[in-house]
Amino acid sequence: MLSTELAGVKLKSPTVLASGILGVTGASLAAVAKAGAGAVTSKSISLQGRKGHPTPVIATYSQGMVNAVGLSNAGVDETLAEIEFAVKNAGAPVIASIFASTITEFGKVAGAVSQANPDIIEVNISCPNVEDEFGRPFACDPGIAAVVTKKVKKSTNIPIFVKLSPNVPNIAPIAKAVQNEGADGITAVNTVGPGMVINIEAAAPVLTNKVGGVSGPAIKPIAVKCVYEAYKATGLPIIGTGGVTTGRDAVEMIMAGASAAGIGTGVYYRGPEIFSKVSEEIQEFMDKEGYKSIDEMRGVAHEER
Amino acid sequence: MKNDEFIVVRLEEVHRESGDTTTLTIPYKLNSKPGQFVMLWLPGKGEKPISISGEKEGKFQVSVCAVGPFSEAVSKLKKGDKIGFRGPFGTHFKIPKDSTSLAMVGGGYGSAPLSYLAEEATAQGKKVYFIEGARTKARLLFTERMKQAGAEVLLCTDDGSEGPKCYSPDVLKTVLETHKIDKVFTCGPEIMMKKVAELSKEAKIRCEVSMERYMKCGIGICGQCCVDDIGLCLCTNGPIIPGDLALEIKEFGSYHRDSTGKKV
Ligand SMILES: Cc1cc2nc3c(=O)[nH]c(=O)nc-3n(C[C@H](O)[C@H](O)[C@@H](O)COP(=O)(O)OP(=O)(O)OC[C@H]3O[C@@H](n4cnc5c(N)ncnc54)[C@H](O)[C@@H]3O)c2cc1C
Ligand SMILES: Cc1cc2nc3c(=O)[nH]c(=O)nc-3n(C[C@H](O)[C@H](O)[C@H](O)COP(=O)(O)O)c2cc1C
Ligand code: FES
Repeated sequence: MLSTELAGVKLKSPTVLASGILGVTGASLAAVAKAGAGAVTSKSISLQGRKGHPTPVIATYSQGMVNAVGLSNAGVDETLAEIEFAVKNAGAPVIASIFASTITEFGKVAGAVSQANPDIIEVNISCPNVEDEFGRPFACDPGIAAVVTKKVKKSTNIPIFVKLSPNVPNIAPIAKAVQNEGADGITAVNTVGPGMVINIEAAAPVLTNKVGGVSGPAIKPIAVKCVYEAYKATGLPIIGTGGVTTGRDAVEMIMAGASAAGIGTGVYYRGPEIFSKVSEEIQEFMDKEGYKSIDEMRGVAHEER
Repeated sequence: MKNDEFIVVRLEEVHRESGDTTTLTIPYKLNSKPGQFVMLWLPGKGEKPISISGEKEGKFQVSVCAVGPFSEAVSKLKKGDKIGFRGPFGTHFKIPKDSTSLAMVGGGYGSAPLSYLAEEATAQGKKVYFIEGARTKARLLFTERMKQAGAEVLLCTDDGSEGPKCYSPDVLKTVLETHKIDKVFTCGPEIMMKKVAELSKEAKIRCEVSMERYMKCGIGICGQCCVDDIGLCLCTNGPIIPGDLALEIKEFGSYHRDSTGKKV
């Protein structure tokens, strides 16, 4: 039994397409859902359209990827139709990711995106590669994270998941702060860093933005630790994201306390088929170890022995 | 772990073609196939998807048409300058083993990957009809190269300055009516390719088109190149797709998305 639940939203498989990966269009979200994702998340949407950073925006390296896409999107008005298309055609829950540069704007985007009826709204307060523009990510300050959560909660009736940053000394107080303001769940984590990749023949950073968020296998231990801490502090449903490429990685997230595993960079390594493959691999592990449900595995790493 | 890092080397040759196009010869063995592309990187000037226009003897070529800031910077490059690339990416044109006669319809820089294909096809002993259209004679590309490769080159222009005054699909129509063609390949403006795909479908001849969309990552991650309504990701499942599949894509020949994802 691979089914799981995120704040009352039922998923057939505990795999979630992470925000920013194959999530620009509704058709693409639907295609990823059909490829086996338990739920799909849109690219983060803002009130106004944004061009993002100039290319190159992605640099792969031996252990993962560094990206500075820069939150490009067409703005909430243009993107509503994409979310609507996904909601209608995906056959799996659709998570709309939103971000903003001010508290008021967070409220407005949340209100606007609700018209498309996504199953969950993910509140991205943690993107590290727009720091210069937006100052420190909101996710680095429990006070600000709480205010954003409160504002979004007031602006919509749809369950909200707040997406947290790993780039903090301790994620627990931030997780607690968003829970206190009514967050229905947590997505942990966004990218690590920022980091930099230099091409030594070009003698220059690869990304035009010079720095970008680090994702992929290299960040998995950091992500697992964040999920573990956030679960311990809140017990909220968590989408455990960061470096998941195999079913075993997903189980690790679940044992740390996640209800589902988010997958982003893994799509690069294994294609959109990664969702059905990871599901099969989780099932294999469960059969081998005698687990009957995702819920039974959830958080077991917290038990003292 | 899979890793598509940039490779940076010095240009071996820079050749000015007709019609604002520049061909770069890059000394690197890519093991590419016709129709595939690379992400070309000029540090400080950006990165863009560009089709491979030839590969042999441990070198490959790209042909870039100057249309904006990046491609203009490319056209100013000199032999010995450094260039970065990653790839090859995407699907490629497939020459059927059992075929004898092939038709290729190119327009603009679309003739670049088709030239690469035509050279492979004639080397395999296939008969190639290479149809090329342009606004005017001075903008026709690679015609000498195609003649040298042994293709039968059929030209047309909008203004009649070379060949008949018509569009390339009109020439294809005649070729299909008068010769037995086993497969049609096309790369160029989308309205032209749509017409070619429709003509091939009517004539019940296999066809492949090169469908391009705004691309940022080239590796199936960013989602910028996914098309309606089937959600096909063109940097990994394309750019080369069957003509029939292209005709199922709602936006083929009608709209695309810009760098923000907005429909234009
Ligand atoms: C698979 C593929 C193969 C291509 N092969 C070639 C080729 O062989 N030769 C060639 O000259 N051009 C090719 N292009 C188009 C090329 O990427 C653009 O023309 C680009 O060089 C323009 O950049 P710019 O800064 O010069 O112009 P800009 O002013 O930035 O853009 C001019 C136009 O180019 C297109 N474009 C710009 N950026 C991109 C992008 N990242 N992805 C796709 N289209 C873009 C848009 O339609 C835009 O309106 C290919 C595109 C794709 C997707
Ligand atoms: C190319 C790319 C774009 C991303 N864009 C977004 C985004 O728009 N919003 C967001 O909340 N996270 C974004 N992320 C972060 C991912 O959703 C995810 O949290 C992170 O990459 C860690 O997971 P992974 O190792 O499975 O990729 C992006 C990641 C990548 C690689
Ligand atoms: S260009 Fe990024 S998914 Fe195709």
